Amino acid sequence: MKNFLNIHDTLEEAGNMARFAGRFFSEGFKPRYEFQELIRQCFWVGYKSLPLVGITAFIMGLVLTIQSRPTLVEFGAEAMLPSMVGISLVREISPVITALICAGKIGSGMGAELGSMRVTEQIDAMEVSGTNPFKYLIVTRILATTLMLPVLSSLSNAVSLYGGYLGVNIRGSISWILYWNQVFDALSYGDLIPGIVKTLFFGFAIGLVGCFKGYYSKKGTEGVGRSANSAVVVASLLVFIIDLIAVQITDLLGLT
Amino acid sequence: MSVAVIEVRNLFKSFGSNRVLIDFSMDLIKGENLAVLGKSGSGKSVLIKCIIGLIEPDEGTIRLFGEDISHFNQRAWDEMRSRVGFLFQSNALYDSMTVRENLEFPLRRHKRKNNQDGNTEQLIRETLNNVGLEHTIDMMPAELSGGMRKRIALARTLILQPEIILYDEPTTGLDPITAREISELILAVQKKYNASSIVISHDMNCINLVSNRVIMLIDGSCYEQGTLHNLQHSTDPKVQAFFE
Repeated sequence: MKNFLNIHDTLEEAGNMARFAGRFFSEGFKPRYEFQELIRQCFWVGYKSLPLVGITAFIMGLVLTIQSRPTLVEFGAEAMLPSMVGISLVREISPVITALICAGKIGSGMGAELGSMRVTEQIDAMEVSGTNPFKYLIVTRILATTLMLPVLSSLSNAVSLYGGYLGVNIRGSISWILYWNQVFDALSYGDLIPGIVKTLFFGFAIGLVGCFKGYYSKKGTEGVGRSANSAVVVASLLVFIIDLIAVQITDLLGLT
Repeated sequence: MSVAVIEVRNLFKSFGSNRVLIDFSMDLIKGENLAVLGKSGSGKSVLIKCIIGLIEPDEGTIRLFGEDISHFNQRAWDEMRSRVGFLFQSNALYDSMTVRENLEFPLRRHKRKNNQDGNTEQLIRETLNNVGLEHTIDMMPAELSGGMRKRIALARTLILQPEIILYDEPTTGLDPITAREISELILAVQKKYNASSIVISHDMNCINLVSNRVIMLIDGSCYEQGTLHNLQHSTDPKVQAFFE
């Protein structure tokens, strides 16, 4: 019976989230537009996440290269290292890791911030002062994450490939130009575009979940903590599910 | 002739099996300060949140300035909310904004009414001056004391110069001296802005100072009403319980 209730609750939550997404599409593109708040959120989501995303991407590129090298050396394919690292990072690792970092940093931040605003009646105060809180708080945040994730992911690609260059040069020696030539020869638009497009969906999912959890936060400070926590968990899970679907679609389109 | 600016008729509101408002009716006359007295959890806050549209009643009619709120769309609410102010019990100041930005926020939404000649700064300073806190204009809410936050919240409510102000327990959590200052401020605001108001409170000193009329909200309905003096001398045991 308890398991049944959990399934019931999960499905109910999924339904509510779908309705929340529907409200975003129905209200988000009608005036009045909150451009100033959107730019502020883009700054917060994009610029403020940049150091964390950059450091992680650099380490990721470096570690992937160092770890892959022995296996390629074993098969005498050491020269393939830049190509392999480039394709792995651009197609899969960099977008997913960037999304997971953003789910942790931005998703939890939104869940906690909006949850705190809900329990201290700031959202109600916004409503009684004649502002539609859904437009001002939710639409701007979801749009900001949707727009900024591809930007962050692109920067993450560049930084992680630079990390890869240093990784190749720890044990071996390759010139700057040769490394980038090998990377770009191996990459095609079919690798780059799906990687960028799926980050739009990752960004939407992170913003949606963070806002949904925060906006409907209950039970005081305990509820705020729960909102932040479940925003990260659900957003991370959604990132993997979207990634799985994206891989299937690119496969069907022959972009693999 | 007395004109009712708020008319509440046969209001019902339940949360699950908990029936909070049962056939509640009341009027607020233009220019009066009405206090609503009742036990904690008796539905006083629910009542004023129904009036301002934050909670939807199950049944009943609410009219603001003669207009039935059940027919309001978002635009109508936006328009009406510039005429009806609400002071939250928790103050609900935007904690990521300075005092100036807190006061600017409602103004940006109602430019036509208050801001057409671009005098935002002057209006903010004037309103802060009315609550005696002009010097806090660049401070964050976290830097202010409880009483100061209450005054800033009141200033934010007043900046649109509403015709009706709904106060949700304005003196709760304040020391007696600050509570008296806030009560006096409410009275001064009513005189200066000629506003009508509903004050939800347990604080007898506050009610005594500000109210023209008191409604006793008992068992979800309007049990008794009159001046505070009349109610204090009522022989009804339920009413007497509040004054013992």
